[in-house]
Amino acid sequence: MLADLHTWLTTASAGLLDGYLYPFILQGMLLTIELALLSLLLAVGLGILGALARLSRSPIARGIATGYTTLIRGVPDIVLMFIFFYGGQLLVNDLGARLAALGETWSLPFAVGWDYVEISEFTAGVFTIGLIFGAYMAETFRGAILAVPRGEIEAGHAYGMTPFQVFTRITLPASVRHAIPGFGNNWLVLAKATALVSVIGLDDMVFRAGQAGGSTRQPFTFYLVVAVLYLLITAVSDVVLRHLDRRYSVGVRRA
Amino acid sequence: MDVEAIVDNLPLYLQGTWMTIQLVALSLLVGLGLAVPVAVVAGSRRVWVSALPRAYIYFFRGTPLLVQMFLIYYGLAQFEAVRESFLWPLLKEAYACALLAFVLNTGAYTAEILRGAIAQTPFGEIEAARACGMSRAMIMRRIQLPSAFRRALPAYGNEVIFMLHGSALAGVITIVDLFGAARIVNSRYFVPFESFLTAGAFYLGLTFLIVWGFKLWERRWHAHLRARDATPTVTGR
Amino acid sequence: MKTRTTAWLAAAALMLGAAVVHAKDYKKLRIGVEGAYPPFSEVTPDGKLQGFDIDIAMALCAEIGAECSLVQQDWDGIIPALLARKYDAIIASMSITEERKKKVAFTDKYYNTPAKFARRKGSGIEIDPASMKGKAVGVQRATTHDNFITATYGDAVEVKRYASQDEAYLDAVAGRVDLLLADSVAMSDGFLKTDNGKDWEFVGPDFVDPKFFGEGAGIAVRKDDPELVELFNKAIATIRANGKYKEINDKYFPFDVFGN
Repeated sequence: MLADLHTWLTTASAGLLDGYLYPFILQGMLLTIELALLSLLLAVGLGILGALARLSRSPIARGIATGYTTLIRGVPDIVLMFIFFYGGQLLVNDLGARLAALGETWSLPFAVGWDYVEISEFTAGVFTIGLIFGAYMAETFRGAILAVPRGEIEAGHAYGMTPFQVFTRITLPASVRHAIPGFGNNWLVLAKATALVSVIGLDDMVFRAGQAGGSTRQPFTFYLVVAVLYLLITAVSDVVLRHLDRRYSVGVRRA
Repeated sequence: MDVEAIVDNLPLYLQGTWMTIQLVALSLLVGLGLAVPVAVVAGSRRVWVSALPRAYIYFFRGTPLLVQMFLIYYGLAQFEAVRESFLWPLLKEAYACALLAFVLNTGAYTAEILRGAIAQTPFGEIEAARACGMSRAMIMRRIQLPSAFRRALPAYGNEVIFMLHGSALAGVITIVDLFGAARIVNSRYFVPFESFLTAGAFYLGLTFLIVWGFKLWERRWHAHLRARDATPTVTGR
Repeated sequence: MKTRTTAWLAAAALMLGAAVVHAKDYKKLRIGVEGAYPPFSEVTPDGKLQGFDIDIAMALCAEIGAECSLVQQDWDGIIPALLARKYDAIIASMSITEERKKKVAFTDKYYNTPAKFARRKGSGIEIDPASMKGKAVGVQRATTHDNFITATYGDAVEVKRYASQDEAYLDAVAGRVDLLLADSVAMSDGFLKTDNGKDWEFVGPDFVDPKFFGEGAGIAVRKDDPELVELFNKAIATIRANGKYKEINDKYFPFDVFGN
């Protein structure tokens, strides 16, 4: 099936854009999409944690979550990416080396620490984008949870549900509808933010457009192609999001 | 932590900050000037009138700013006609390219914010203006735009912050803005953490300034929406 | 209680496992390369690394008897990534300079070629402060060339710094810089002799001042790996002696890039 697709694409795109469209650019697009989806997964996880922390009764959790969302949303994503990408590996491996040295000085019976942990550009990209958009998702989810009518939650309590049951059976499902517009918006911004990884040397479609544009001396053509591919991602997302919105708004009267 | 490398290069960071402020302020100013007519035309009910501005908005909101900047900076030189034109002395400067990309980008986002705000004008207000015998242009100028600006203010505040953050991309094309300064310090002293964290702190400071500025502005423009007991209402965000 | 003990044991085992990697036997090496510096290091359209640096790296690894893997890294992060243990050595035409020696250890040089300016043909720019006044000079950021131009002509010219040499060439073609300063061999083969650089030519003398340009290009390793420096030094001497170096050299250049 995949092999068929490959053959079809190869024949269909033969000679198009000096032969750079497929596999060169389109495989870069695949990497972009992969990166975006994995980052989204991480961002949603962090977003839920962040939202719960901000709504929790513990001042420490609230403080940490507020600090996280404020810091992330106050600094440009490309700067954050450079901090995490260049600094992150340094930090992780420095910690490993320090632990190892500590183990030696205390002459522990077993070795501690680690020599190096490989963090690829791709992993660094997923973590950075996930971490950044986790902060935006946290804000969206917090708003969505707060938008659930108080009465519905009280009704749950009145039925004798535990707080956990109330959260999983009422608050969470009911908040999805309120979260979708913000979620969709975050996703669209996230998808476009993946272009930044080309600056840290990950060969996504923007990076590849630069390479192809350089060797064919047609940078405009290739960047335009990539722009159109981004529009394609946006357009498909729009359709999916609209579908989701309709699905989760069943039962809500429309004007 | 290599504090010395940072302290020694504070002038470079300040120079970069000034460049960032210049870029953002100019882009916003020109971008807003572009956005108002685009928003008005894009709101037209006649498809052949609104198609072009809508396509412009769709393209610039649907593609990454980085790609837009590369299209202008690396892309335009592809065409002989551009390189021969009278605009080339300007377009060959990285600064002008970045500015053009930022203006077109923020122009599109701002136009979309304004278009939405104009469309939300309460119909009664327009009816009242019509009853007074105002022309459509006059209604736009006197009724729809002023109230649209007020409604758009919180969303525009977000756009200003996005523009500040987006401006960091100028550092990718040889401009020594705040991010560009950090890249120089990083590569000269091999201090990624220190150099980029410092830039991050500067950006955070600028972001707070903008948020604070918009709060004051909103308090002024939304004074009529405030509750009588004078506790300031929290808007939008 | 029992689960706690198990957890601790598991954690200890994990760390033991990780510690096995810690032993320094240099049987496996990761080499950091750049990939945007033709003909020394570049990426082919099908994504493979090639060039003088790459061949030298492979020859040295064979000599040491280590199994090597190449890691591509852009220039801005090439030393931080070495310090972060992303790889064990940098073979990327890196000049041996005092500034860099503060952070990393260098082997002996494995080649040394002079730096040179290039200008657009017919522009008539000469290499003196008066003629260069107000001109834009393109260099790769944080290279010896960047340091030299910033220190000597920094007040007279506008220094444009690029993340890679390739980007500087692109802007030279587009007419955004008036002069380029780079390694003469890299610029000759990577730009002037290519279709892109057909309108450009060398101008001015060779620059070799060790104060700025160091003692040539060496291999950088972490300071806590002095044994690795020795291994590489021995390997460089061996391939110089046994003809392997000459074989690689002749594949790329009609003259000996090792220098005096």
